[in-house]
Amino acid sequence: MFKKLAIGAAFALALAPAASFAAGGGEQHIEDFSFSFEGPFGTYDQNQLQRGLQIYTEVCAACHGLQYVPLRTLADPGGVGLPMDQVRAYAAENFTVYDPELDEDRPAIPTDHFPANTAAGAPDLSLMAKARAGFHGPYGLGINQLFKGMGGAEYIASLLDGYTGEEKEEAGVILYENTAFPGGWISMAPPLSDEQVEFIDGHENTVEAMSEDVSAFLMWAAEPKMMARKQAGFVGVIFLTIMSVLLYLTNKRLWAPVKGKKSV
Amino acid sequence: MSGIPHDHYEPKSNGEKWLNSRLPIVGLIYDTIMIPTPKNLNWWWIWGIVLAFCLALQIITGIVLVMHYTPHVDLAFASVEHIMRNVNGGYMLRYLHMNGASLFFVAVYIHMFRGLYYGSYKAPREITWIIGMLIYLCMMGTAFMGYVLPWGQMSFWGATVITGLFGAIPFVGESIQTWLLGGPAVDNATLNRFFSLHYLLPFVIAALVVVHIWAFHTTGNNNPTGVEVRRGSKAEAEKDTLPFWPYFVIKDLFALAVVLVIFWAIVGFMPNYLGHPDNYIEANPLVTPAHIVPEWYFLPFYAILRAFTGEVWVVQFASFITGGIIDAKFFGVLAMFGAILAMALAPWLDTSTVRSGKYRPMFKWWFYLLIIDFFALMWLGAMPAEEPYATFSLIGSAYWFAYFFVILPILGVIEKPMAQPDTIEEDFNAHYGKADAEATPAE
Repeated sequence: MFKKLAIGAAFALALAPAASFAAGGGEQHIEDFSFSFEGPFGTYDQNQLQRGLQIYTEVCAACHGLQYVPLRTLADPGGVGLPMDQVRAYAAENFTVYDPELDEDRPAIPTDHFPANTAAGAPDLSLMAKARAGFHGPYGLGINQLFKGMGGAEYIASLLDGYTGEEKEEAGVILYENTAFPGGWISMAPPLSDEQVEFIDGHENTVEAMSEDVSAFLMWAAEPKMMARKQAGFVGVIFLTIMSVLLYLTNKRLWAPVKGKKSV
Repeated sequence: MSGIPHDHYEPKSNGEKWLNSRLPIVGLIYDTIMIPTPKNLNWWWIWGIVLAFCLALQIITGIVLVMHYTPHVDLAFASVEHIMRNVNGGYMLRYLHMNGASLFFVAVYIHMFRGLYYGSYKAPREITWIIGMLIYLCMMGTAFMGYVLPWGQMSFWGATVITGLFGAIPFVGESIQTWLLGGPAVDNATLNRFFSLHYLLPFVIAALVVVHIWAFHTTGNNNPTGVEVRRGSKAEAEKDTLPFWPYFVIKDLFALAVVLVIFWAIVGFMPNYLGHPDNYIEANPLVTPAHIVPEWYFLPFYAILRAFTGEVWVVQFASFITGGIIDAKFFGVLAMFGAILAMALAPWLDTSTVRSGKYRPMFKWWFYLLIIDFFALMWLGAMPAEEPYATFSLIGSAYWFAYFFVILPILGVIEKPMAQPDTIEEDFNAHYGKADAEATPAE
């Protein structure tokens, strides 16, 4: 029996490193932030997502697009959760889109997506929080993903936080030293500065605080259905566990006479 | 259909007789479901059901996903995001399909190694084994092409690397590669044909599964002792077997439910655990990812592919005697496919008369070493192609081939097997402390 367990365990464990090593990684330093959405029961902090949206709109949107995110999803439950009239106002105030039927630009409406933005050659941020794996430890097996997620939000927050203030010029491009970026030098100038964004509720607006807020928002942008998914996961696990117990008892009773045991 | 004597379906009512004389389908289903199954099967025998479930899951989720997916280089990535964000339950369908592939391979590897340990591949089950290997090959093809469909960075570069393997074939390689891709490089034509084949192959697998089941229903299941079911009479056979329904159906469903608890937890709580972050970046032919890594289930064979570099003497030797036709790249491709072919040849390479590894004192240890080797290669396949991993990969690959081509043939000659039970009944009763009592199946 022990042998069987050992082999089974070997199978289970061996799958794990494959995934974590597959992700690779440089010598970056990724801070392990404690986000509200980590772990099987973690949820998005609606206030934080709204602050993050504000930071994205006022700062990041200048260069980065969110082309896969429909504006209407800002009203979805389990996410940013703005009222629909606010979404309408937000879309119209902040973005214009090209309408092929009118053959001209018009203010965005909720059914539009956040516009793509390729002007500065900056990457789209729709999926950034899933396209970067922040950390693969500390348990070595990647199992920490169960409790912490992929670490994409950690990567973004560490990057925004990780400027050392050093800069250099290379082939006409100014590079900024950053402890979280692979290779250590990034062409994006430090985007955030203390008190750059004023929150309506007077929430803390240091670079550290804002980095976390906008990272949480980008996690939502990449995985807007996370809360529904975890709920489905939870319900499914409970249901299947009950199924397993019932089938175990059925099986035990079915085999009892064959195995010469008293029927239960 | 089955070679083991058992009760067959007898049509009773006039309606049943009418149908049975025209299409004996009820009898076919009855014989399939009531197949006498060795009653000493252990928990390693549950993975067949898990595999059947995986195939059904992948086909059903896949068909629904196709309703929302667009196989075009400009639209594929966006259509997957459409599924994730706009389609009702789409995120769940997609994550189930994505992780379903991993469950499929977990199950198939355990199923295969179970067969290797208990000698399920040996006569008279060679056809079952070969069909199984064909299913495995189709699964690999399907999984590889499916991974290309989301059109992320790993999709694109994985496709580029793997189709490049065919380019290594001497003389005709480049033509074959162009033919496979539908052009000089991975592009829209490639995506479209991969999509078409990704939809086709699962049905080929389903057909092969039917043949697989047909074959082992003819020979009967192997079992942990490797001792055959007695077939002298129905009464004798019934002492060794129990009908598949309900005994093994309920047992397998219980095991499936337990497996699904873990599967569902992964889908619900960490669906991207086995994926690669780079595949959330849209395919870009101008930017090569730092490390191109295949999915975890290809890693052992990927490690074998990369192990044979130009510095290895076997490769240099092969190159020398073929006048350079077999270069390092082609050698690697041959090694990779050879590693799978070696498994397929196991029925003829294993010279031992004893089926089950349980009664083979030496075989056991070589087998455990093969399992370790498999996981080591899986780990090495994910490592960058540099020292010390290259040397380890070479050792690992060498053992893989040695196991099949040297150890299996020799062991059968030099090994002194332990005593096997005479019958399955004896083994079963010894296990459940009923050595004297007659076992009677429950009604």
